[in-house]
Formats: sequence, C-alpha cells, structure tokens
Amino acid sequence: MNDKPEKLIDKKGLRLDGRKLDELRPVKIEVGVISNADGSAYIEHGKNKILAGVYGPREVHPKHLALPDRTVLKCRYHMAPFSVQERKSPAPSRREIELSKVIRESLEPAIFMEYYPRTMIDVFVEVLQADGGTRCASITAAALALADSGIPMRDLVVACAAGKVEEKIVLDLMDTEDKLGSADVPVALMPNLNAVTLLQMDGILSTDEFESAVNLALEGCKQIYALQKEALRTKYVSIKEENKEEAEE
Amino acid sequence: MAQVITKVKQKQIAQLIEKGKRLDGRELTDYREIKIEQGIIERAEGSARILLGKTEVVVGIKVEMGEPFSDTPNEGVLTVNAELVPLASPRFEPGPPDENSIELARIVDRGIRESKAIDTGKLCIEPGKKVFVVFVDVYVLNHDGNLIDASALAAMAALLNTKMGKYEVEDGEVKMKPGYEQLPLKKRPITVTCAKIGGRIVVDPWLDEEQVMDARISIAFDDDDNICAIQKGGTGYFEPKELFEAARIAKEKAKELRKKLNW
Amino acid sequence: MPIFLEKRQLVTPGDLIAEGEYIAGENTYMEKNKIYASRVGIVEYETKKLDVVALKSFYVPRMEDMVIGTITEVGFSGWMVDINSPYPALLRASDVLSRSFRPQQDDLPQVLDVGDLVVAKIVSYDRTHDPQLTVAEPGLGKITRGQIVKITPTKIPRVIGRKGSMISMIKQETGCNIILGVNGVVLITGKTLEDEQLAMMAILKIEEESHTTGLTDRITKMLKEAKSGKEEKKDE
Repeated sequence: MNDKPEKLIDKKGLRLDGRKLDELRPVKIEVGVISNADGSAYIEHGKNKILAGVYGPREVHPKHLALPDRTVLKCRYHMAPFSVQERKSPAPSRREIELSKVIRESLEPAIFMEYYPRTMIDVFVEVLQADGGTRCASITAAALALADSGIPMRDLVVACAAGKVEEKIVLDLMDTEDKLGSADVPVALMPNLNAVTLLQMDGILSTDEFESAVNLALEGCKQIYALQKEALRTKYVSIKEENKEEAEE
Repeated sequence: MAQVITKVKQKQIAQLIEKGKRLDGRELTDYREIKIEQGIIERAEGSARILLGKTEVVVGIKVEMGEPFSDTPNEGVLTVNAELVPLASPRFEPGPPDENSIELARIVDRGIRESKAIDTGKLCIEPGKKVFVVFVDVYVLNHDGNLIDASALAAMAALLNTKMGKYEVEDGEVKMKPGYEQLPLKKRPITVTCAKIGGRIVVDPWLDEEQVMDARISIAFDDDDNICAIQKGGTGYFEPKELFEAARIAKEKAKELRKKLNW
Repeated sequence: MPIFLEKRQLVTPGDLIAEGEYIAGENTYMEKNKIYASRVGIVEYETKKLDVVALKSFYVPRMEDMVIGTITEVGFSGWMVDINSPYPALLRASDVLSRSFRPQQDDLPQVLDVGDLVVAKIVSYDRTHDPQLTVAEPGLGKITRGQIVKITPTKIPRVIGRKGSMISMIKQETGCNIILGVNGVVLITGKTLEDEQLAMMAILKIEEESHTTGLTDRITKMLKEAKSGKEEKKDE
C-alpha cells in the first residue's frame, strides 16, 4: 500500500486531517494511571498513545553510581513493537537511546537535583502507538508523572513541535507531515520560567523560518500546559465535587 | 586521575566570561586553532584528521556495495557511527556505543543527511538492487571539548577526500571498471556549537568550559546559510531570545569557517 | 508587593504564588524575589510565610522522628529497615540487644527477622549517610500484632486532626489502638479484623480527601453507618 498523498495542505489552507496551519491535534491527559508507580501519566496526542511512569527517589542500583550531592536521573524512552506501521524490534534502537538522553536532559532542569543526594529517579516512557511528535508527548507526560510522584520541581515541562510543510510553517506535525515535510522542530519548555529545555531540528529552514517555527511551537506548548494543569487538578477536584453533592443531598 | 574541575576554576571561568573573556585568551566567539589533514588512512576510500585545539578526531569513510532501503530504491545509503575510544579520555570506557557516542553520531549524520550533502541519487548501481553504501566512522582520539564540531568538520573533510571505484552492470553482473571518481557531493554543511555560560553565549567550548556550561546548542548550516540540523544538549536551558542569538552567532561563524576552509 | 493566589487554591509546580517580602515555606522556592510552588498542593498562608500543603510527597528522615518500619535485610551486625523513604535505615544489633553485639552467640534473625515490623526513632541522619534507628526507648520495639497502612506523610497531621479530634474519634468508633509514624506508616491494632479494616478505610479516605472541608463529619458518619450495618447483620 503506497498512498503518498498529493498535497499535504489544500487550497483552503487545511491539512490532511482538516486542521488549520496553527492548530494542535486533540490532546487528552490523565494523571495517576499506574498504581504501582510513584507517579504516572497517560497522554493521547493525536493518534499518539503514550504512558509515562516514575519511580523514585529511591536507592541507587548499582550502588557505585550514586552521587554524594545529588540524585541520579535516568530516563528510558521505548517504543512498543506494535506502536508503528512496520513492527519494531523490542531491542532499544539508536534513535530510542538518543531520545532517552534528550528527554532526560529536557526534564532535569525542572528537578531540584540537589535535594536528595545518593538517590535515583527513574522515568519510564512507553510509546504504545506513534504518529509523529512522540518525543514531545513523552516529555509532557513524563513531567506530569514526576509532579504526580511528589518530586519537587521548579516548573512543569511541556513540549510541542512545529515545522515546515509545503512552504508553510505549521504547528504539531503528524507522522505523514514529518516524513514528507521539509523541517521538524520539537521544543520543550518550562512555561513559568520561559526556559527552553529541549530543541532539535531536522530539515532545511532559513534563520527567519527557524524563529517562526520556534515561536509557533512555544505557542503550542502554552496551550498544552493548560491541559497539563487541568489534568493535575482533575485528579483532586473530582473528589471535592463528589462530597459537595453528598452534602447537598 | 579523574578530571573533576575545582569549584574555584568553575567560578573563574564563569566570572571571566561574564566580563567577555575566556580562560584560554579567546574571544567569546572565537574557535580554537583548526588543523585538518585529508587522506591519512590509505586503506579507506576517504579519511581526514582534525585537531580542534587539542581535540583530535579521525574520520574514515568506507564505500561498499549494498542494498538500498525499500522506500528509496534508487538512492545510496549513508550510515554514521561514532566511537569514543577509551584512550581519548579518562571518562570513556570500553564497550558498545553509549548514549553520548550515539548522540554524536546522529548529530553528525543529521548535518550531512538533511543538507543533502551527498548526491545519493548518483550512488545507484542497479535500481532497487544495488547501491553504494557510505560508511562514515567517527573516531574520537582525544577529548578536549566540542566533539560535535570537530567530528562534523572531520566527517565533511573526509567526504571531500573520498574516492570510490567505478562500476557498471553488464548482463546482470556488476563489474569493476578501471579508475576512481570522487564521491558526488552537493553541499558542504558546517556545524557550530555554542555553550551558555554565565548568561553569555560562547563558541567552541573546550573541556573545562563544557563542565561549567548550563547547556549547549549545535546548529548545522548548508552552503546557502540555511539551518539543516539543531541539537540542544546539556542539563540546563536557554531562553528563547538566547536561542535566536546563538543562531545568529552560529550563522556568522559557519560563514567564516566556510571561507577559511574554502568549502 | 502582592500574593497572587487565594488560600486553599490548588497549585502546580512552577505556579507563581507571590512576589516581594515573603518567606518561602513548605514546598515552595524563591527565585529573584518571587515565590513559586514546587509541588502540587494547596496554598496556605498566615501573614508573611507562604506554604503549599502538598497533595503527595514522600518521607525524608529527620532526627527524633518516630517511624514505623519493616525489616528488609538481616546484616552482619544489624538490620536494614524500610521506613517508607528513599533512604533505607539501619538498626544496629547493639541498639536492640542493649549491649555490644557478640557475633558468635547472637542469632540476629531470632531477634528480628525479615518482614518484622518495628516502631523506632531516628537517632542519626544527614545528607552524607543513611539514617540510623533506635528502639531503646519506651514505646519502641518490635510489633507483634496489628496491620499497617501507608499514606502520604504530609497527610498524617490531617489524620490526627485539630487537637487530636480526628484520631480520637476513629479510635473511639473502631475501638482500635492506632500509632501514627511520621513517615506515613500507620499501625492499627484492634480487637477484630473488621475493626482494624474499618479504621484502615477511614484513614485511606482521609488521605484521599484531605484537601476538602467537612471531613471529620463525613468520616464519623461513615464509621457509624458501617458499625450499624454490622449490628443489623448480627440481628438477622
């Protein structure tokens, strides 16, 4: 089956999935979904389905990796074999290893690493279904899992990508747009501190286009941040609502 | 001996940079001395060695025949690997590639691939069946900071040095012809790495600066000054305006290097 | 210079709470004269000190804290104890035996074995080493009966209630003896299994709803209803 679409953006400026150039895919987030983990979150971003879990702070294993003055942050980004069109081998690929590193580096600035010396924080991300932008959705979920675990943080971290498709700068590329487009720029942000903790790019962009893409991605980040906060609130507010109803009966 | 940088030195480096100076006397946007030699490994189809200050990287290129990828049946294949050999630094250990060497390889790969530096269309021998595979192996021999730029420059220099055999298909058989031809190249991408230290942007951080920096950003430019790859690294962050400043500085430096190297 | 949020408002890490001459209290941090939340929780303040009562956190040892722990390892001259913290605790044999340890004669697993529960106190802890425990005080030692339940340590004060009102009510309604470890581990000892489970339910419900109002009344109501339900069954 080789259905390469003719145009990625139609005459009305709408994309293959009907979105406008600066429109996000639908995002659904839930916090506290894995009871065994200290913190967890599940995100559906477009067709991406990603689970993030956090264990820690806990004892370091093996012991010799412990640091005397700070915690050790580890991150594993992993895709399930059935998450992509062609089955992917469960063994970690070079891409997964690189993404594990950049995701860890996007989360670390938000954590107070010096608070818990000689401990370890494990962040596990499992991509159950992938459709472009998995690293961004992973970061968004992982940051929530960290907050859910009660690990003190400077800020949440939220991520979103922008890119260039058929000469237009667009927000939140899905897989087809990423593969057939001319540039992809994922960005992660600590929203209250206005600090960019992840930035990558592949493709070709002039420096002006690069600036537009980054600014557009930051806009997307702020929209998703509102959903992150909502997800954290929902976990606690729903109980308040229940009790209010009970009291009114 | 572990290379733990003392707190005193850390402060020194950061304080100097805040004032616009660096410990080794460079300006904030100066590169260290660059020396490139090509063709140093005769057995390889192409090779180059770079000295960027004291950072030393050798890149060897092997060109072999192989199968194309199913989604690009008429194009040659590029594959980049990097080795942080143990003798290059007390911090490197023997073993399979770790996340640092994998990241390094993928950054170098991105610069070459996204800029379409290699004319992969011209590397097809038998459509759908046989193409040239270009193996770029990055060998870090001494780590004194900024492995990314050193490796990217050495890789590009090695590609420029690469000669491949001539082949033709006769009666379904692939036969060698006499002579060699240069690896067909369309662009010469250049990667510039900047570090954020003491609130300032410095170009080409050396080892001590890397241990003090908040974060780094590597930006690759093609011959037309377009950006073709970016990678932020490190456990700190950039404000958006610092990112754009780094991009501006990197663009100028790439142009300078391009002129200096005559690429 | 203002406080930007109202009391009892839910905050998430990074939320700006106030700017100016304030004191950064629990679960907050200060940067450039601004106070931000560092955990998900509820904002509380009296005059100058701003706190966030965290909805979830974990226990970090402090000197003199009374904790309830589980023996996880019998070592050469002591035991490793899980005190529901990122840091494992150490209980020396000499502390339990009240004399120096004699490796040839003392059989440590006989005294305390893996899986045993202890009520202990933290006697030594700092950033450079794991906490050390003692059981050499009245009220401390091995636990032989009862059930434990773990809750987020920050909720322990809520389980106690104002002037002990909540915990006394639970003890009264369930007839159980309840020991609250500062580390979030609670020991419940009752006359029957059902009584203990009732107390456990109450405590877990408090953890879940600690940020709401009218909790004491709701818990009292729940316990009374459960008890009367039991009595009805008995009459049948």
